[in-house]
Amino acid sequence: MKTFEEINKKIESRKAVVLTAEEIIDYVDRKGLDAAAKEVDVVTTATFGPMCSSGCFLNFGHSKPKIRMSEAWIDDVLIYCGVAAVDVYLGATQLRHNDPANMYYPGEFRYGGGHVIEKLVSGEKLQLFGLSYGTDDYPRREIRTWFDIHDLNQAIMVNPRNCYQNYNVAINCSNKPIYTYLGLLKPDMKNLTYCSAGQLSPLLNDPFYETIGIGTKVWLAGAQGHVYAEGTQHSPTCERSPNDVPTEGAGTLALTANMKDMKPEFVRGISLIGYGVSLSLGIGIPIPILTPEILKRTAVKDREIMAPVIDYSRDYPNRSGRVLCRLNYEQLKSGEVKVLDRRVEVGSLSSYPKALEIAHLLKDEIKRGEFLLSRAIQALPRSQAMKTLEIREKEE
Amino acid sequence: MITQKLLLHFPQSATEKPIVYHLVKDYNLIINIFRARVTPEEDGFLVLDVTGNEEDIRQGMAFVKSFNIQVNEANKGVRWDSSKCVQCGNCIPHCPTEALYISDKKSRKIDFNSSLCVECLSCIENCPFGACSSIF
Ligand code: SF4
Ligand code: SF4
Repeated sequence: MKTFEEINKKIESRKAVVLTAEEIIDYVDRKGLDAAAKEVDVVTTATFGPMCSSGCFLNFGHSKPKIRMSEAWIDDVLIYCGVAAVDVYLGATQLRHNDPANMYYPGEFRYGGGHVIEKLVSGEKLQLFGLSYGTDDYPRREIRTWFDIHDLNQAIMVNPRNCYQNYNVAINCSNKPIYTYLGLLKPDMKNLTYCSAGQLSPLLNDPFYETIGIGTKVWLAGAQGHVYAEGTQHSPTCERSPNDVPTEGAGTLALTANMKDMKPEFVRGISLIGYGVSLSLGIGIPIPILTPEILKRTAVKDREIMAPVIDYSRDYPNRSGRVLCRLNYEQLKSGEVKVLDRRVEVGSLSSYPKALEIAHLLKDEIKRGEFLLSRAIQALPRSQAMKTLEIREKEE
Repeated sequence: MITQKLLLHFPQSATEKPIVYHLVKDYNLIINIFRARVTPEEDGFLVLDVTGNEEDIRQGMAFVKSFNIQVNEANKGVRWDSSKCVQCGNCIPHCPTEALYISDKKSRKIDFNSSLCVECLSCIENCPFGACSSIF
């Protein structure tokens, strides 16, 4: 048994023993659980993949004369102005003005909110265009100017849902191609897409949120941020394997960090043909090894984590709940799997090499004494299920 | 017999000659065209495999070059930018020839072998990160 304070002391004196969630697997096999739990202080977990429910609050400061923006665009991408005069929210999936979307199907979606966020973090110049109805105290009716992230007072990423604990594997059982947020799925189950870092993924290493909670410090694209709330759609009451690991979506985290401290290679705008734009993010979360039980959970292997295979041509859009089968991440990472007795080629939207790179970067920061751990100030809910949206009349 | 993958770059003026016809007829070459864009208004490009004996290929290419056409063996029409690639693997099931492939099973690193690329362009559509592009 160790305490947060003991672990942080060791980190400060650069004596902490830190391993990645990949390295810990062999380590525990070799040393045995109890001996390993005594030696290891921190296990680093990580993921890199599309996280649609992301965005940022920006504050521009005031022009002379002042404007209270009521509608505005950055690089022709609409930003939300329903907050204070020069505060805005920029969402990752917002399309660029005049993007034909899927009018000429499948649309290309070359540029949007995720790309603007990437450019911001890269320090590139962007164009702001804003309109206002004008007031006595904010008389300006229109503004057009160029800025970069250093000109802003604040650029704070605030992501309502990141780090899905586990995720669907998407396949297409129909006889025509379909374009989804998990990429192009060829007809007749020719390919499938998964999207998780598996054994490296943060919440798969802490299946019941014993150390990760509200207030936990995280590595968000290179910046030190934290979990500010349960993620949207957080639904821990779900099917789990005997090792307690969910076999479907389950838990999620809401994360925030200062974009001025982020590294651009971990904040990447993406274009999903026929679907839209989004943002891929790199996230790392350290797990303090307080007990052997916590360590045991971080030693989870790809083959012990199951993901549901779902038909995105019919069952997903119609919310039928049907699962074709479950596959583990070792099978998925082999490149070819069997679904309903058919051989299917595997693709992925989550990057394992990037996740591994993040787990090592975080490990090095902790070992150098630059990243201290923080105890959660509030636990994440451990039981609650996802609600659905019913379409009803007012009187019902 | 050897097979070589080549990228021919035509200046605006040299597009009227039936070059492929002469390569087949006069130099005994087997031609497999992957992709072409040859229009009178712009520079033209032709990506093809030529199969034949080495001497015939050499002479055929000398003939092509006599029209001021550049023959490029190293550069192909499809490029993969390793600095933009995040190694996700979304392109893998869409590449018909394993030109894009997983070079290391454990770390899942992706690499590109341009000599296997048949310029189908499906990676360009399917790479969300813009790592694959065409020079024409
Ligand atoms: S889809 Fe693009 S980013 Fe992903 S591995 Fe292929 S080339 Fe790289
Ligand atoms: S153009 Fe086609 S063959 Fe060439 S790398 Fe891309 S997907 Fe593979």
